[in-house]
Amino acid sequence: MSIKGIAHIAGIFEHPTRKAVDLSVAQLHAEVAAGALADAGIDKDMVDGYFCAGDAPGLGPLSMIEYMGLNNLRHMDSTDVGGSSYVLHIGHAAEAIAMGKCNVALITLAGRPRAEGMATGTSPRAPAEPAPDIPFEYIYGPTVVNMYAMAAHRHMHEFGTTSEQLAWIKVAASHHAQYNPHAMLQNVVTVEDVVNSPMVADPLHRNDCCVISDGGGAFVVVSKEIAAGLKRDTVPVLGHGEAPKHLNGGKIDLTFTGARWSGPLAFEEAGVTPADIDYASIYDSFTITVLETLEDLGFCPVGEGGKFVSDGNLISGEGKLPFNTDGGGLCNNHPINRGGLTKVLEAVRQLRDEAHPKVQVKDCQVALAHGTGGSIGTRMGSSTVILGRADA
Amino acid sequence: MSAVRNIPSPPENVEHTAFWAAANEGKLMLPRCKDTGQFFWYPRNISPFTLSNNVEWVEASGKGEIYTYSVMRRADPNYVIAYVTLEEGVSVMTNIVGCDPDSVSIGQKVQLDFQDTDGGQKVPVFKPA
Repeated sequence: MSIKGIAHIAGIFEHPTRKAVDLSVAQLHAEVAAGALADAGIDKDMVDGYFCAGDAPGLGPLSMIEYMGLNNLRHMDSTDVGGSSYVLHIGHAAEAIAMGKCNVALITLAGRPRAEGMATGTSPRAPAEPAPDIPFEYIYGPTVVNMYAMAAHRHMHEFGTTSEQLAWIKVAASHHAQYNPHAMLQNVVTVEDVVNSPMVADPLHRNDCCVISDGGGAFVVVSKEIAAGLKRDTVPVLGHGEAPKHLNGGKIDLTFTGARWSGPLAFEEAGVTPADIDYASIYDSFTITVLETLEDLGFCPVGEGGKFVSDGNLISGEGKLPFNTDGGGLCNNHPINRGGLTKVLEAVRQLRDEAHPKVQVKDCQVALAHGTGGSIGTRMGSSTVILGRADA
Repeated sequence: MSAVRNIPSPPENVEHTAFWAAANEGKLMLPRCKDTGQFFWYPRNISPFTLSNNVEWVEASGKGEIYTYSVMRRADPNYVIAYVTLEEGVSVMTNIVGCDPDSVSIGQKVQLDFQDTDGGQKVPVFKPA
C-alpha cells in the first residue's frame, strides 16, 4: 500500500509580510489559510482535515479550528517535530486521505518572532516543556547556531569541507532571491562576502545563517477525486518519508542528518532516484544543513557535499541541481523559525511553472522538498516529499 | 584566560537527584546498561538499549577528547560548547573552560573539572589535559 498519487496539493499561499507588528499569530494563520483555499478554489466549508504544529497558538488545532470557523472537521493532526513538521504533514494528510479519514486537508504555519523581538538563534532557549535531556545540555549554552556549528566543524574535520564551499550555498540562494520582491535579503553576495561576514559561532558566519522573519504559509492537500474537479493545476504527492535522528545513547555522529533515512523512503515510494529530481527545496536553516542533507539524500557521495555545492551548482539555469529558487531561508524568509512549509511552496510553484521566470526550471517534472526540524546538533525530525506534475 | 561564563543551575528532576549529588562530591557518574554492558548518555534510569531499569552507575575516569566544538562569538564572554568523547565511549555535551577559546581543537585531550553554578550545584565541565 502506498500514498503515491492518492493526494494532490491543490492550493498554496505565502504571507507577504516579513514583520507582522499589527497581526496576531492566529490572524496570520487564518490569512494564509484563506489564501491557500482561494488559490485552490475551495470553500472553507469543504475543509474536513486540519494540520498544524507548535507555532499554532493555544491548543493548536482546537484553538485554530474555532478561530477560523472550520465547521466540518473530522480529522486533526498536530504532530510537532519542529520546522519540518509541515513536510511530514503532507505525508500524514495523504495517509488520512488514502484511508478515507478526510478529503480536504488544510496545513498552516505562522508566527511573529521579529515583532516579538525574539533572540532566535544566539541565546539558549529554555523549552516550554521540561525534557529529560535539558539538565545535561541547556546549562552549557546551546543555541540554534552553535549546535549547527558543531556539526559543521565535525564535517570539516572528517571530510575537509571548507567555509568557502559552505558559502556557495548562500551565494546560490542570493542569486535566486534577487528576483523575489518579498525576500528579506535581495542582494547577490559572493563567497568572499560570506566568509568575511562576522563569525557568529565558529565556523558559521552571519551569512551562513538564515534570516529571522515573521509571516507564514499554508497549503491544501486534497484527494485526487477532488483535485480532478478543480480548475487549478494540482501537484500529486508521489512519495513521503519521515525519520527521527538523535544522540543514540551518546554514540553520536553529527556529520549526517535524518535525511539519510527519510530520503530513501520517499524515493522508493515515488519510484524515482535523485537523478530524476529536476528541482529541490532543501531546508536551509544554515548552509551546513543543506550540505549534509544533499549528501544524505544521495545527490552526491557522503563527504563530497562541499565539492557538489561549489561553483554555482545549485543556481537555477547554471548548475545541475537548482535549489531554493525563492531565496529559501537564507534570503527569503523563515517564518517563526520553521522553514519546512515554505520549502513545499516553492516546489509547488516550480511544478506549476509559476516560479519567477529567471529561476523557473524548464520542463520541471519531479521536485523534492525536504525539512529538518529540531537540531542537527542533538535530535531532529527529518521529512522528505517527492512531488510531480498533474499532467505527468 | 578569558572571563568565565556563568552556568545556570540544572533544572531539578527526580530522576537525576543521585547524579547531581555525586557531582557535588566531584564525581561524574555514568549510567551503564547491565543487560548489554554498554555505557550511555544522557543520564537516565532506563536503558535506551533494552528499555529496562537494569542500570548501574559507574564513576567516569574523567579523561576524554573533543569530538567537536564551537566558540559562541555572539556572547559576552565568549564560551566554548563542545561534545567530549569520554574514555568510556559516550560523547557528552559540555563547556571547555580554563583556556583561550581560540586554542581549542577537535581531537584535543581534555580532563574533567567541575564548575559552580548560580544555585551552588557543581556541574561537569572539561579543561585541556
